[in-house]
Amino acid sequence: MIRFESVSKRYPDGTVAVDELDFVAPSGQITVLVGPSGCGKTTSLRMINRMIEPTAGRILIDDQDVTKVDAAQLRRGIGYVIQHAGLFPHRTIIDNVASVPYLLGTDKKQARARAMELIERVGLDPRFAKRYPSQLSGGQQQRVGVARALAADPPVMLMDEPFSAVDPVVRDQLQDEFLRLQSDLGKTIVFVTHDIDEAIKLGDQVAVLRVGGHLAQLATPAELLSRPVDEFVAGFVGRDRGYRALTFATVGELAVHDEQTVTMGAPVPSRADLDNWILVVDAANVPQGWLNLAELRPDHTTVTAEMLYRGGTLATQGGSLREALDACLSSPSGRGVVVDSDGTLLGSITAAEVLGLIEKRRPGAAAVTGSGSERR
Amino acid sequence: MIGEVFTWLNDPAHWKDTRFDTGIATQLAAHVRFCAFALLVALIIALPLGLVIGHTGRGKWLIAAANTLRALPTVGVLVLLTVIIAPHFYGRTDTGYLIPTEIVLIVLAIPSILSNTFAGVENVDPAVRDAAEGMGMTGKQVLLKVELPCSLPLIFSGFRSATLQVIATATIASYLPLGGLGRFIYDGLAQQDFPQMIGGGVLVAALALVADLLLYLVQRYTVSRGLTGRFSKKRLPDPRLASVTQAEVAAI
Ligand SMILES: Nc1ncnc2c1ncn2[C@@H]1O[C@H](COP(=O)(O)OP(=O)(O)OP(=O)(O)O)[C@@H](O)[C@H]1O
Ligand SMILES: [Mg+2]
Repeated sequence: MIRFESVSKRYPDGTVAVDELDFVAPSGQITVLVGPSGCGKTTSLRMINRMIEPTAGRILIDDQDVTKVDAAQLRRGIGYVIQHAGLFPHRTIIDNVASVPYLLGTDKKQARARAMELIERVGLDPRFAKRYPSQLSGGQQQRVGVARALAADPPVMLMDEPFSAVDPVVRDQLQDEFLRLQSDLGKTIVFVTHDIDEAIKLGDQVAVLRVGGHLAQLATPAELLSRPVDEFVAGFVGRDRGYRALTFATVGELAVHDEQTVTMGAPVPSRADLDNWILVVDAANVPQGWLNLAELRPDHTTVTAEMLYRGGTLATQGGSLREALDACLSSPSGRGVVVDSDGTLLGSITAAEVLGLIEKRRPGAAAVTGSGSERR
Repeated sequence: MIGEVFTWLNDPAHWKDTRFDTGIATQLAAHVRFCAFALLVALIIALPLGLVIGHTGRGKWLIAAANTLRALPTVGVLVLLTVIIAPHFYGRTDTGYLIPTEIVLIVLAIPSILSNTFAGVENVDPAVRDAAEGMGMTGKQVLLKVELPCSLPLIFSGFRSATLQVIATATIASYLPLGGLGRFIYDGLAQQDFPQMIGGGVLVAALALVADLLLYLVQRYTVSRGLTGRFSKKRLPDPRLASVTQAEVAAI
């Protein structure tokens, strides 16, 4: 647990970067600090590992005042990941990852074996171990940065915009892998970002800071979306709040309709039950896309891949209402495809039905502001 | 003319010492001695100083000051120092001439080593330095384990250019009654013996080339490939075939 007690930082030039900040980052959870540029996120983060010293207040890690510990000693017990990874260009990937164990005097062989494990754990090919950072892409370097921070198995991790320098697709991957890793490791993480979507995706709780280093709101992502405390937070959380809040809303079971299907490679059916749209599945009953009977040419006799409309997203049974609604909205037939957790087809649902479910939740607003465990 | 220079260089009699003349071999050794000593002392002074100034960011004026030393006229300083120092030494020793010569050479070598070392440390990516501190390296560890190895390419280039300058300039030792390859140049000039004079020049150039080549080899084996970008051409093994074993990991 990391506790900020009225922490302030005034830089020598008079800038107040952080002002009387009070919050707790609970053990085993991800606390995201988010806010506009210059609001003091980095400053707050770096005061935890004493890269910056506060001018007032205290920071406690598990009830230990950080200023009472030798700075280098303290930092060896805290994983630190920064924006451009900051890998050592003169060391191979495996030696980069083993850096902290080396500092702690771990036997070289043991440190490398552990580093190798972590390299694979963060999703990197083991053959990268002998490469140098300049031979890796930005996303790969960022993974190495995370592996390096984890090498000494620190209970606490500090991450300063670790995924912001990579493209959106890679960022999404890194975020997913990061969440998977965290669900195994259960570290106490303070994560800085200026991207509210990232904060909402990753945070167990989110602290929104405003310029001048004031805490505007500390809440779970669902709460932040449904009940921003003021104009600033509402504005920062942004548009589509209502829609995005559906990410955190689940219903027990979606009641699905049976959907007529045709298997890939099978003869094209002459007519459809409902309209012109027929769902195509593979041999394992996994949805592949939609077929439009009205558009077929005479030479289209069997179902082939290039005939499909693949635009529709899939809703998972037990998933969020956002997923369900999006599946309906993105489906060319207007019927959202619902699958099992293993990806096989369960049936379909319409947007009207999903909206009905959303409507039904309305009076019991408690469901929206539920605990963090409701999501993901 | 080129043929005559070649003949002069190839005459074994010119390489050996005689009762009246010092041969090429001895003068070459003397030249190497002057230069090696000056470079060593310059390195001992400039390298730690450059590292510390780069690391702390304090004392940058020293870099500027050292660079103004480059503007000093070498021969003028040599003569001045000799006039001041030589009278304190009597008898048959060379010390009175050796000290001014070495001082001039050291002063010549320091600026490029110092400013390159400083630039090397200062150019280390701030994110790298931040990561090093953030993971719990002490200031000394950051300097020795990160900043120094990352600065090596620039340090080497500074040292190599200092070496070339010193080897070329060490000929002025022969302006004083000292040995070295400059002897042939000054004597050749005085005696209107041009093959000897040019031969001396050729020897200086050859020595500089050899020294630079040696330093290049040292550089190649001390500077990390991650910094130079010289990666082995050997194709990386296919990931599906290569399962990295513990033994391999230990061997990296
Ligand atoms: N060393 C410093 N000296 C003076 N002022 C500083 C210093 N470092 C940061 N500041 C100021 O403190 C404020 C907060 O800076 P900080 O780096 O914590 O912002 P941030 O929230 O991380 O912003 P960003 O999203 O742009 O990274 C800014 O106004 C910044 O200009
Ligand atoms: Mg920042």
